[in-house]
Amino acid sequence: MVEAVSISEAQVWNWLEDVPDPEIPVISVVDLGVIRNVDVRGDDVTVTITPTYSGCPAMSMISLDIELALARKGVNKVALKTQLAPAWTTDWMSSKGRARLEDYGIAPPQPAGGPKRCPHCKSANVQRVSQFGSTACKAQWRCNDCLEPFDYFKCL
Amino acid sequence: MSSDPHLVEFFLRQGDNALVLGHRLSEWCGMGPALEEDIALTNTALDLIGQSKLWLAHAAEIEGADRSADDLAFLRDAYDFRNVLLLEVPNADYGRTMLREFFFDAFQLPWLKALTDSTDDRVAEVAAKSAKEAAYHLERSAETVIALGDGTDESHAKMMAALDYLWPYVGEMMVDDDVDHAMAEAGVAPLPSAMRPAWDDTVNATFREAQLPRPDTKFAHAGGRNGFRHTEHLGHMLAQMQVLQRSHPGATW
Ligand SMILES: [Zn+2]
Repeated sequence: MVEAVSISEAQVWNWLEDVPDPEIPVISVVDLGVIRNVDVRGDDVTVTITPTYSGCPAMSMISLDIELALARKGVNKVALKTQLAPAWTTDWMSSKGRARLEDYGIAPPQPAGGPKRCPHCKSANVQRVSQFGSTACKAQWRCNDCLEPFDYFKCL
Repeated sequence: MSSDPHLVEFFLRQGDNALVLGHRLSEWCGMGPALEEDIALTNTALDLIGQSKLWLAHAAEIEGADRSADDLAFLRDAYDFRNVLLLEVPNADYGRTMLREFFFDAFQLPWLKALTDSTDDRVAEVAAKSAKEAAYHLERSAETVIALGDGTDESHAKMMAALDYLWPYVGEMMVDDDVDHAMAEAGVAPLPSAMRPAWDDTVNATFREAQLPRPDTKFAHAGGRNGFRHTEHLGHMLAQMQVLQRSHPGATW
């Protein structure tokens, strides 16, 4: 018999902190800002997710990863809800997530619309290569000092 | 609740425009003239196909005929599509592909921004999401039109040929019909013709920098957004886009 364990919403948030973004594994889905709500009723858990880009193929992966992560904690009744409004914005990315992005070599989003500095050598002498990059959320930039190319997480 | 045929039609138009252009752009996958261009086009295609899925899901729901967004995308025939003709004509070369996308983006950005004030929450939500992506699309397509128009003699000549071919198709985006009037009265959407000043401003400013002349002709092909008469190209495009679902109904991966 499985013992009835009561779980709290805070606990679920904590567990979700350990679910990595499938495309940028150094940040969690919580850091990314796609988890809009967690609702626990008895042993029913509802997680509300908002998509980043409309066509982002990582969204179905994120849903699956969340279900699996919660199942490993013994939560089997998980409902995933998608919420479109308000539309996801990079403003929802946590400051921890931003710092980790930079450590990983991806310049974090800036309201000015371009990276503040090169994530490698920290030079501000940077140049855009293309507004589109390896995934829907990134642009390609290059550093004119260390000459390294790098990804910039676009503001949305 | 009984379904509102005008509203279904409205959602289909939004979804089909995004789907057909998204598919056309995806045809460049692996064939772009440079790696950055290939990546940009396929990412744009991804955004558009994602947006299309949102619009078509609502169309299917309002229609109430037990069809899904996928059913609408993959199991309808050419005469049931409601995209403007501009978006279904073949890509031809890179210049024509980018000029076509620019003409659409220049309409779509102000259009989506206006739709965020819709009385229909579903319209406002999808528009708010899509408008953010459309801003990146327009920025890039306008820059590319300028680079090619004001580029070499060869790139300029190709852009002139693309302009001659595409110009007669742009008018259809901004001609109002019964569905548009019904939507405007219900506060769902403004009239497409109301986008004309914004579209003209964007096109005129971009063309000045691109060294491209604005053609005088006001002739406009029509028949796509009301499904009356598509070009012969749409059927060929759908044959490729739909073959998997037609040959293996319900296939998933
Ligand atoms: Zn550097």
